[in-house]
Amino acid sequence: MIRDITLGQYFPGNGILHRLDPRVKVLMLISVIVLIFCTFNFFALSVVVALVAASVIMSKVPLKLYLKSMKAIIIVILITSLLNLFYGTGEAIAQWWIFKITQAGIRNAVFVAVRIISLVMVSSVLTFTTSPTDLTDALERLMKPLGIFKVKTHEIAMMMTIALRFVPTLLEETDKIMSAQKARGADMESGNLIKRIKALVPILIPLFVSAFRRAYDLAMAMECRCYQGGKGRTRMKQLRMHGRDFAAVAVVAAVLAGVILCNIFL
Amino acid sequence: MEFIKTENLSFYYESEEDEIQFDTVQNVLDGVCFSVKRGEFVAVIGHNGSGKSTLSKHLNAILLPTGGKVYVDGTDTQEEDKLYDIRRKVGLVLQNPDNQLVASIVEEDVAFGPENMGVEPEEIRRRVDKALKAVDMYEYRLHAPHKLSGGQKQRIAIAGILAMEPDCIVLDEPTAMLDPKGREEVISAITRLNREQGITVVLITHNMEETVDCHRVVVMDKGRILREGTPREVFSQVEFIRRHRLDVPQATELCAKLQASGLKIDKLPLDAKECIDLLSEVLI
Repeated sequence: MIRDITLGQYFPGNGILHRLDPRVKVLMLISVIVLIFCTFNFFALSVVVALVAASVIMSKVPLKLYLKSMKAIIIVILITSLLNLFYGTGEAIAQWWIFKITQAGIRNAVFVAVRIISLVMVSSVLTFTTSPTDLTDALERLMKPLGIFKVKTHEIAMMMTIALRFVPTLLEETDKIMSAQKARGADMESGNLIKRIKALVPILIPLFVSAFRRAYDLAMAMECRCYQGGKGRTRMKQLRMHGRDFAAVAVVAAVLAGVILCNIFL
Repeated sequence: MEFIKTENLSFYYESEEDEIQFDTVQNVLDGVCFSVKRGEFVAVIGHNGSGKSTLSKHLNAILLPTGGKVYVDGTDTQEEDKLYDIRRKVGLVLQNPDNQLVASIVEEDVAFGPENMGVEPEEIRRRVDKALKAVDMYEYRLHAPHKLSGGQKQRIAIAGILAMEPDCIVLDEPTAMLDPKGREEVISAITRLNREQGITVVLITHNMEETVDCHRVVVMDKGRILREGTPREVFSQVEFIRRHRLDVPQATELCAKLQASGLKIDKLPLDAKECIDLLSEVLI
């Protein structure tokens, strides 16, 4: 059923990574991503991999879920590695027609594969351990400085919140409309692609109409609750940095230093 | 002293065409004089298109009158700079519970009103907890709204208004989309708020059974107020209610029919219990 689709991949839990300040987690993710692409030798890479592995273990999310998210991009990894394999310069180890494999090529291929895998893993750690609400909340607060460039940060965050709130409601509605149209003899499962796309029209039109009606109602309900944009608005949940947040920042900073040292000296 | 007062309130929806033909424009509200006292529980009943919903939207300045005046706690709703004061004093709960919840966590939704008003975080927390307890939904504070039943969602919507600490709550057919159980939950929550916390309640409905416990019933049709009085006064006029395409509570109807067929009943009951007492007295 369409209703089973969950948005985001949040895996509720109470591990240390779940309890970290979402702002810290977002910033950590960004710095780790930068780190992954700033590793120029195997030592630096292994330090980053160790960090990623540690965070995967600490997330206390079943490894199966991580493997699932890897599955989707396995082809990307294979293609990019293969391309890199043949792009190395230097003395060829093996050669066949225009394809030659060099030591640098092998090195590049391994690097690219490890980098992409780490990238996916570490991003999954964030989405598995942070609820969508916390994530929007963190993004709103982190985007706040952009306000000086006239970026409407509050409005963007509000839209994200409302979208998250209405996704399940609209999915449920889609389900209902589909059943209703099927009950009237609509055929959605057979025919070629074009025919099937055409069959979606009688579902989309009522869905849009009702979405607009909901939007109208929601706007009125928000007005009833004194909504007047982001100005003068306070928040019930204050995000406060705890000891564990500073510790996490310290760990990432230490790894950063380690990577820089490895890059320079090894 | 009246908390809400309308003076000759008229309203029509403006036609989008340029040439408005004034003789064809029909007033949705036509000279309504309506008032609510502090602490009162008023029910407004009427058939579809009677203007009762439009009236409710005037009480917190969602709609502004095209003729006449609306006063909330002495303030004219047309004063633009007092708009948010008015909305804070009079909260409006709408019909569809799905369309009035903003956040994907119950307690954050309830906090939405006070957050907009710029209340301090600790105070918001206190109000949210209090509001959720008042509608008996405290244990659901961390749930996602879309997983709750209709009656629960509607109670969350009421809590969202309560957290703004209004003096008056206006509910526009809050039970129309609910099953009997949800209906019961919502009505008992509203009644409790009125009795225990002294919050003024204006309940717009077309379910007569919901009105028997209120202080005053106002009957509307075609944009006018036809009659008002205690539930007993209003529902004893069975013929009048019928004429305006409304029903009387089942117990009242039963006894009215018995009366018409010759049984000697001197007063009409409002609910089942009263009906049983009355009938056992007459028949046994």
